[in-house]
This record gives sequence, structure tokens and C-alpha cells, in this order.
Amino acid sequence: MAVQKKTSAIKSSSKHLLGIQNLSIPEAKIILDEAKAFISLNRSASKKLDILRGKTQINLFFEPSTRTQSSFDLAGKRLGADVMTMNVGNSALKKGETLMDTAMTLNAMHPDLIVIRHQDSGAPNLLSQKVNCAVINAGDGRREHPTQALLDALTIINRKGKIEGLKIAICGDILHSRVARSNIYLMNMLGAEVNVIGPKTLMPSSIERLGVKSFTDMKKGLENCDIVMMLRLQNERMQGSFLPSKREYYEFFGLTPEKLKFASKDALIMHPGPMNRGVEIDTKLADDINVSLVKEQVELGVAIRMACLKIYCK
Amino acid sequence: MKEKILINARIIDPSQKMDEKGSIIIDDKGKIKAIGKNVKASDATSAEVVDIKNYIVIPGIVDMKAFVGEPGYEYKENFRTLSQAALAGGVTSVVTMPNTKPIIDNVSMVDFIIRRGRDKASINLFPCASLTRGIGGTEMSEFGLLSSKGIIGFTDVVKTIQNTETMARIMDYASDIGVLIMQHVEDYELSKNGCINEGEVSTRLGLEGISYIAEKIIIERDLSLLNEYPCRYHINQISSKESLDVIKKNKEKGLKFSVGVSINNLSLNENDIGDFKTFLKLSPPLRLEDDRIELVKGIKSGLIDVIVSDHTPEDEEGKRLPFAQAATGAVGIETLLPLALEMHHNESLPLMKIIETLTINPANILKLNKGSLKKGSDADICVFDLEKPWVVNGDELKSKSKNTSIEGRTLQGKVQMTFLNGEVVFKS
Repeated sequence: MAVQKKTSAIKSSSKHLLGIQNLSIPEAKIILDEAKAFISLNRSASKKLDILRGKTQINLFFEPSTRTQSSFDLAGKRLGADVMTMNVGNSALKKGETLMDTAMTLNAMHPDLIVIRHQDSGAPNLLSQKVNCAVINAGDGRREHPTQALLDALTIINRKGKIEGLKIAICGDILHSRVARSNIYLMNMLGAEVNVIGPKTLMPSSIERLGVKSFTDMKKGLENCDIVMMLRLQNERMQGSFLPSKREYYEFFGLTPEKLKFASKDALIMHPGPMNRGVEIDTKLADDINVSLVKEQVELGVAIRMACLKIYCK
Repeated sequence: MKEKILINARIIDPSQKMDEKGSIIIDDKGKIKAIGKNVKASDATSAEVVDIKNYIVIPGIVDMKAFVGEPGYEYKENFRTLSQAALAGGVTSVVTMPNTKPIIDNVSMVDFIIRRGRDKASINLFPCASLTRGIGGTEMSEFGLLSSKGIIGFTDVVKTIQNTETMARIMDYASDIGVLIMQHVEDYELSKNGCINEGEVSTRLGLEGISYIAEKIIIERDLSLLNEYPCRYHINQISSKESLDVIKKNKEKGLKFSVGVSINNLSLNENDIGDFKTFLKLSPPLRLEDDRIELVKGIKSGLIDVIVSDHTPEDEEGKRLPFAQAATGAVGIETLLPLALEMHHNESLPLMKIIETLTINPANILKLNKGSLKKGSDADICVFDLEKPWVVNGDELKSKSKNTSIEGRTLQGKVQMTFLNGEVVFKS
């Protein structure tokens, strides 16, 4: 089976999946290829494999998450691993235990994989220095969310056949978005042209240095774009005033059928979820299966995570 | 003590614009009796002879910003370990910060710190008290009472007086009694949760950044106030070229104030943070290479008066955390001079200028009779080998905490001997 091949290269070069920034182009392609094989498996009647039988996967979530956590949970189980999910947000850390203490405790239980989500950028990097198993970043602060970018890439490839040569717009709250950062790196690596669009107050400093063009006007930014990725307005991360109102934001940056016309004719819409309907995206547009890839993103997310777990598990 | 004569020395003393081969005679009270090329061994026949072996002799370094740890944070540093680290770095006078536990903001604390320092430390300690009570930023400390007890200056260390009215009153009051105000310059509304320079690196690492504007705006505010209330005002540390522009404009206008910079901001930039190295989480943050170069030029042109170590010992627990949560600061007193010498070796600063910012300039700002080897001065002396190469290894540093910002860096130049009041207190 194709799934069994091609994995040795990646193991030698990197032990952990901490971010797209740490990934080489061949490594990214191996993950994407590997995941393709799991798409059909996940659609079949019998979804269970035993590739990770006897392996232990710990999902360590310091931040609440629905889709990423359940996606990793399911991915591990479908590969036959024993999966334990810890929502740490409300236990040990509140008692003063540090991330390092938690890491040492978990390490003593001999896991083979730790999937971590943390509110602080760089937390997975720190964890990876202290544990013996592979660490997979499921989102850290505003830094990276590598599996989200990989699943987005897989979704695009699945629909458009390729990424190279495409023009991709990432719109909205770029400042607080790890999804935007990981996607910028990955789409650039795979040969796409990337525009970021958003109000100046939600644009990170020196963003052009990451290899994108930045726009504050949807009309200009969406021109000839094949993919329109909308981001959630992360109100929970905003202290103080970044925007006058949601109403004004929707007026200028919310994706509506009218604004979508600025993009290329067969443009497709993506969103990492959860969506604020009526804030960054028109609700009908979000549900329009002709243009919205939102459901497919979730579906292929499981395949991508299966590929990552398989590849990074020792 | 017995009279001493230091022979075969290259003496560099910016207070006398002296850079010459010669000898120094130290009298039996630990004061400089004679210095220079004209001093002969025959001038002190009964004296103990110390051969300096053509190393460089400078006045003992005056470090204007170091954290001791006592009381309250003895696990990070104490008077004894700080003294050892300082002397190994040729530092003989240290201005200590008041952000201890409890905070040094009242007379009884001053008594404690002076007594404790006298008993445990083997260097000259000059304690600062907080600018405001409890470093709360609102009520000014008892400037008059505290300075009469021996407090040399007032600072809230890494906190800034945010309220303009409070700052105006502090400066107005201080201008009358002549105390030194040392301000950390940072606008909190702008810096908020920031922990590194705002720019490409903060965007890539996903960390909240601190814009140079946060520093610049407080300097502009304080210098406007200083124009109205001319007190002794010192900016603890600056980090960006934009701050230098403001300083230049105001110094050219004739406004009197002084400016410091940390050795870290002169020898590192934001790229050194790499993959979340928390030992390089500093306040003010490391900025661009451009800023670093301009700061070095700022020293050359005299816009910046002093280089400080900003010695901030932190234990491993405080540093082994995700970057945003990790403690801020790095130890540096022991490596202050060797690291500063890099700017001589790479020809960006004259040696005389470097020594000036480490000795007579801080002494003058503090109105201390230190930092000079003029006849009659205390024989606090640093002897160093300008060329000796060595590699920084945190574990070998004398400080109780090992959080050096330059782990593994090869330095050129090392302290060989340190004298305090004429006695040898450190020997390599």
C-alpha cells in the first residue's frame, strides 16, 4: 500500500512538527501525499487501521478547541493508537504547575506522540526540548498552526489539482492569526502567490517580509485570486480598540457575494472555523457548496492529521 | 596597609585624558599617591612592587544598574555572589536597584541594605531607592530623607511613571533638593503585553511586539517636563535610533540630562533571540541591527553617556517558560568590560571612549568621587588583558544565576586583577 512508503526521509530530518517554518518543501509534500491515501479510507465503511497499534498519543490542550482536538482524536484512533486527551486549561496549571512540570510528568508515561495546543507562542518548541517523543503543534499563540495549513493545502490540491501558480488571498484578522502565518509560509513554499487583506490595525508589523503583498482594500487584494481564505475576527485576543465596530468591519472586510466578484470567476472560499457569520462572511456564502470548501476542510483535516501522526510517530 | 607601586602598566584614565605607559603609587591609606609616565620605582623604594606586565590599568568600573537580590530574592543573587561577579569583571562600584522584596522605599530599608551590604559585600555599593512608594507609580518617595541616609538616586527600575502629572511633580520637587531621577522609559499602553521588538521577528515568532514609539514618547514627554523643571534627570536605558534622534535634538538645545544604554543593546540584536531564547528577553528589548549600530555611534558622539550591565539575575525556573511568560533580564556584570571591548576590537569605538562610559561618566552623573585615578582618589583599579580570548560559559560565571545573554560567545579581553582601596580583591 502506498501509505507504507516514502516516510523514511522525513524522520531523519525532523523529529517534531513545530511549524511550517521548520519544514522543507519535500517534507511538506510527503505529508500531503501521505494524507491523500487516507481520504478514501476515511470515506469507506471500515476506517480503522493498525499502523499505530500499541502507540500512545496524548492530546495536551491548554486552550479550548473543538474541531482540532476532535480531529486529532479521531485521527489517532483510526490509526489504532491509544489516545488520551487532556484539557489542561482547568487543572494542573491553575495550581501553579508549569508547562515543563507537565511535560516531565507526561514524559514519564512514555507517550509516542504529544499533540499540543497552547496559548503561548513557542510553547511546543519548549516542550519538544524536554520530552523524548514527537511533538506535534496543534496551534501555539499567534505563531503557527501547521496542520491547519497542511489541510488547507490538501483541500486546494483536491479541488484545483495544484497549488503552484495559484493566487491566494488571506483576509481579516491577520495580526492574531496563527493560521494565516502557517498558510503564508506553506502556500509560498508550494509556489502560490499570497495576498493578505485586512484593516491596518489587524496587520502584523513587517508582514511583507514574510513574502506576501498586503492590501487594505478587498477589491484590489482579491483581484484574480483563485482562493479566498477568510479568518475569524479573534475578539478574545483583542485588548482595546482595533476596530470601530463589527458593522463597519463587515462593510469593508466581510466577504459577500458582491465582494467575491472581485476575485477570479471560479474562486473558492475557505475558513478555518469557527465562523462569525455576518461578521467576516455572509452566512449564505459560507454554506454555498458551489464555492465554499469549509466542510471539505474539516473532512480532510482528519486525513492530514493521520498522515502527520503516522510520519512523526517513532 | 603597605604602600604599593604598580609598574609596567598602560594606564588609561579618561578623567585625566591619560593613555600612557607608567606606574602608579598607592599610599598606605589606599589612595592614589602618584600616577603616570614620570613615576619611577625609585619614588617608592619601600613599597610592595606589583608588576602589571604591560596589561591595561583603568579606574575600577562604575556600573549604574545592577540587581542584587537582597532582600527577598537571595536565590537569584546575594551581596557576596554579586561582589564576586563584579570584581571578576573589574567593577568596583555598583548602583543597586530597589526592586527587592520588600522594596527599598523607606528609611529603615536603607539602613538594612547599607549595613547588610557593608557586612557581606566586598565592593562599593550605592543603593537606589524607588522613585515612587512600592514602585506603584503614584506617590513619590521621601527623596530628602532617603538621600540623607545614603541613597544615591531614585528609580522604579523597569517601571515607568505613566501619569504625566505625577512625573511633573516628581521633577519639580526633585529639582529643588537636587536628587537624581533615573527613569525607565516605556509607555505601557503602547508596550502592553509586548516582550520583544515589534517587527519581522515578532511577527514570525508570534509574539507581541514593543514598538520603538513606546520608548520615544516617554522620552519626549519627560524632556518636555525637564524643560520646565530642570532636575537631575537620567534615562536608564535606550534601545532605538528614534530615541537617539529625540535626545540629539534636546541636547543640542542645551537641555541637561544623561543617558544610559545596556551592553546588551550594544552587542546583540533581535535576531539573536532565534528560536525563543528566553535569556535574551530583555527590557528594553533588543532591536534591529540598525538600532544597535546607531547606539554605538551615539556613544561615540557623546549622546549616550554611560554603558550599564543591566545585571538581572534570574533563576532557571523563571526562564524555562514559554517566552511571553518567562522572566525578563540577563546577568552581565562580569562580562560588561570584555563585551564592551568588542567595540574596540571591531574598531567601532576608541578604547578611551569605552572606558569613559564605564568609569568617569557614571561617577560624574552620580556625583561620586569614583571612576578616576587622579592623585588622591581611592585606589579602585581594574587591570585587564586587552587581547586574551575566552569563551563565555554561564556555569563558570560567578553570579548565582546563569542567565547570560552571550552564552558561547568568544570574547577578547579579560580582567586580570581588581583592586579596591589599594588591596587586591580579585586575581585571575
